[in-house]
Amino acid sequence: MMKLELRGITKRFGSVVANDGIDLLVEAGEVHCLLGENGAGKSTLMNLLYGMLSPDSGEILIDDRPVHLDSPASAMAAGIGMVHQHFTLVPPLTVAENIVLGDEHGGRLGWLDRARAKREVADLVERFGLEVPAASTIESLPVGIRQRVEILKALRRDARLLILDEPTAVLTPHEADRLFDVVRQLRADGRSIVFISHRLAEVRAISDRITVIRHGRVVGEADPVTTEVELASMMVGRTVDLAVEKPPLIEQAGTALDLEGVSLLGEGGEPRLADVNLTLRTGEILGVAGVQGNGQAELVDILLGAEHPTSGTIRLGGEEMQGCSRREMLAAEVGYVPEDRHAEGLIDGFSIAENLILDQYRAKRFSSAGRLRFDEIEGNADELMSKFDIRAPSRDTNCDTLSGGNAQKVVLARELSRELRLLVAVEPTRGLDIGSSAFVYKQIVDARSRGTAVVLVSSDLDEIFSLADRIVVLYRGRVTGTATPSTDRDQVGLMMAGAAA
Amino acid sequence: MNAISASATGNMGETRRAPFALIVAGILLAVVLGLTGEPSKSAKFAISPVDSNINLGSISLPVGVVGLICGALTVALGAYALTLLPRRMPPWILRTAFGLIAVAFLVWAAAGNSLNLSSLAEASVVGALPLLLGALAGVLCERSGVINIAIEGQFLFGAFAASVAASALGLWVGLVAGSVAGGLIGAILAYLAVRYAADQVIVGFVLNLLALGLTSFLFTQVIVPNQEAFGSPPTFSPIDIPVLSELPIVGPALFDQNVILYIAIAILVATQLMLSRSRWGLRTRAVGESPEAAQSAGIDVLRLRTRNVIAGGLIAGLAGVFLTIGSVGAFTPNISSGKGFIALAVLIFGRWSPGGSLLAALLFGFAEAVESALSVVGSPIPPELLQMFPYLVTLVVVAGLVGRARPPAADGKPFIP
Repeated sequence: MMKLELRGITKRFGSVVANDGIDLLVEAGEVHCLLGENGAGKSTLMNLLYGMLSPDSGEILIDDRPVHLDSPASAMAAGIGMVHQHFTLVPPLTVAENIVLGDEHGGRLGWLDRARAKREVADLVERFGLEVPAASTIESLPVGIRQRVEILKALRRDARLLILDEPTAVLTPHEADRLFDVVRQLRADGRSIVFISHRLAEVRAISDRITVIRHGRVVGEADPVTTEVELASMMVGRTVDLAVEKPPLIEQAGTALDLEGVSLLGEGGEPRLADVNLTLRTGEILGVAGVQGNGQAELVDILLGAEHPTSGTIRLGGEEMQGCSRREMLAAEVGYVPEDRHAEGLIDGFSIAENLILDQYRAKRFSSAGRLRFDEIEGNADELMSKFDIRAPSRDTNCDTLSGGNAQKVVLARELSRELRLLVAVEPTRGLDIGSSAFVYKQIVDARSRGTAVVLVSSDLDEIFSLADRIVVLYRGRVTGTATPSTDRDQVGLMMAGAAA
Repeated sequence: MNAISASATGNMGETRRAPFALIVAGILLAVVLGLTGEPSKSAKFAISPVDSNINLGSISLPVGVVGLICGALTVALGAYALTLLPRRMPPWILRTAFGLIAVAFLVWAAAGNSLNLSSLAEASVVGALPLLLGALAGVLCERSGVINIAIEGQFLFGAFAASVAASALGLWVGLVAGSVAGGLIGAILAYLAVRYAADQVIVGFVLNLLALGLTSFLFTQVIVPNQEAFGSPPTFSPIDIPVLSELPIVGPALFDQNVILYIAIAILVATQLMLSRSRWGLRTRAVGESPEAAQSAGIDVLRLRTRNVIAGGLIAGLAGVFLTIGSVGAFTPNISSGKGFIALAVLIFGRWSPGGSLLAALLFGFAEAVESALSVVGSPIPPELLQMFPYLVTLVVVAGLVGRARPPAADGKPFIP
């Protein structure tokens, strides 16, 4: 049994205050949800608790005694375990090796006691009912199982308080349900759970108590009977309209994009996309749902000409495109909003003005005879910055200093400022606050109204259901089903887990 | 499903290339050695050690027959690998094929002459020894995620220190001094590249230049003016193990060598076992693959990397010891002549494992031995071409033409906790 209390925790990064005087009380044997938008400071707080960062001020108390946590090792010694959003497992090592790593039982001379490790894993599996194959390597297992390994790893160190950082982000709805069962079981066992999330429905389903964080501060406590709308407005600080308004589809629209029997084989000959058939009309948004890593990235690469399909045809406005390079796809009026804007969408060290012409610098308007035309580039930047409401000191500001929302606006401004037949948007609102997300939604819907076909890849079902006109579900590189926004969500959830429609 | 199986043929170039390369190589071998040139000539191989009391005589191998047999077997291996598709070619096929090609090549190159197999084996082991030690040093560093380009510099430093210390204070002091000198370079590398996260390749490269310049400078300042004191250090004498050293082929190679060979074998066995079975090995692999995960499991990544890099330096220094007081004795500038870089190739060829490094080092050592044996007896092939062989093999391997060699995932990436 463990009671955890945080008093006045403050953490600054330069001039940014990530946590501002946070007080939090987690009672023994409760599931305590930490609810907040991306960037609200939840992860910083948990990293402080796990000894990966140290607070500038404030104190942490365990069972009413102040503790000093300066490394994960000391946090573990204090009984705190953490399951990170990005797993901290070593892919080529086995499950058993990962579970004992860092706290191995060695014989004399440091030889590993492998029989004992195996026994220990078997004991853990039996005690907590979390089935894992001890001898398999992590890289051969699906994410749901990997997460169990993480949980077992923490439990083996006798974690009495377990922090789960956005644990459902990588799970299918079915896997998430199983995780909730595990969480309830751990609670029944007397352990405390800190459950970090920004998904309202699951927070209400699992928690005993909810603490809402906004801009690094605790803005309120709630219990699980609070409605989603109330929680959402606490989270963002105002009443929000979660609905997206869409005009009706363009009637008798032509086919914009047509994929026929598209397959892609990996390096070892394993199918990464298998016989994908899709059609998309002009002015239509196609939502691609699925748990991450089920072929979405490959589909996007193929649509952009970054990968060429092993077989099958891609038609864009009737023209076959499967052998086209990335540049040819750009020229064919395909726009791209990447998942990681700082890696793929922008060059961080370049100014806003430069980033706004990254894919158009060859156009006559911006260069002649190999010389850039700065007057045009600057004019373009001024125009787009006001049109897309990009807030920055000037057009010469480097993109690495922009907030997530403004950085995404730069990407959108560049992609949407030219004629587009097809827009490929991947997780377009990841890491954005609700205000910026609404802006992104509006821009995507506007593009749709202008007749652009949109492929929207997202792991967030809410996003898919509010934007898409039609939905396809990818599972292990195959389309396992199609749906519309009026389809029952549970059914889409089943498709995400591989059930045929 | 049909779509996949029909299209599968198109994208399997990667996995198909290796079997086809073997088939082509086998056909070339059979045609070039078996049918053209001088297929009727024979190469004679004496089996017993030169100074042995037992004489087992010699065998005579006709070039044409050997070429045809080895070529046919290589083609058969390639064809067998094709039947395993789409699985990747198992490593033993490639190793066997390399062996066959090497045998055919040796017979062809020695046609009309006589070579002593025991001497050849001994020369191979002697050539392989520093490469093996260098590669083992690389295994310790790279499996924990630090690229060690400075092996060459560690060879040089170790060679110099061993030579000088052995002259002044005796052989065993020389051995320790040489190893420690290598460890010192490892410590500098660890300090800059691990603690301060500097670019590992650049630091290593600069350390090589430093070691070359410094040892050459010290050579002219310390050794040349004091020839009597430092110019002719003692050397380790071979330990002749009775009976065993008389064995044909492996006798002189394994049982009539000096202590450094046995130390190297001990290190080889120890690293191979410890990497897979000890706590240190598990942590090393974890840190080399995913330092973030290792850290969150409570492992001090920087400390482990620092220790491994220094331990690697101690082992590489030992190779330097071998180059001076383990063989010729006196130090000369640039005595390592690039062996430290070949050790890196051995490491990659050996796929970052101690056992693999042993096989790779022996292949390189064998190529070197054949080259020098042939230049003595006078072979039809220009020695420069023979010398190219190990490097050609390296290029083929590093280019990933035959099976992919995958380094540890975090290799070369500085970790900032």
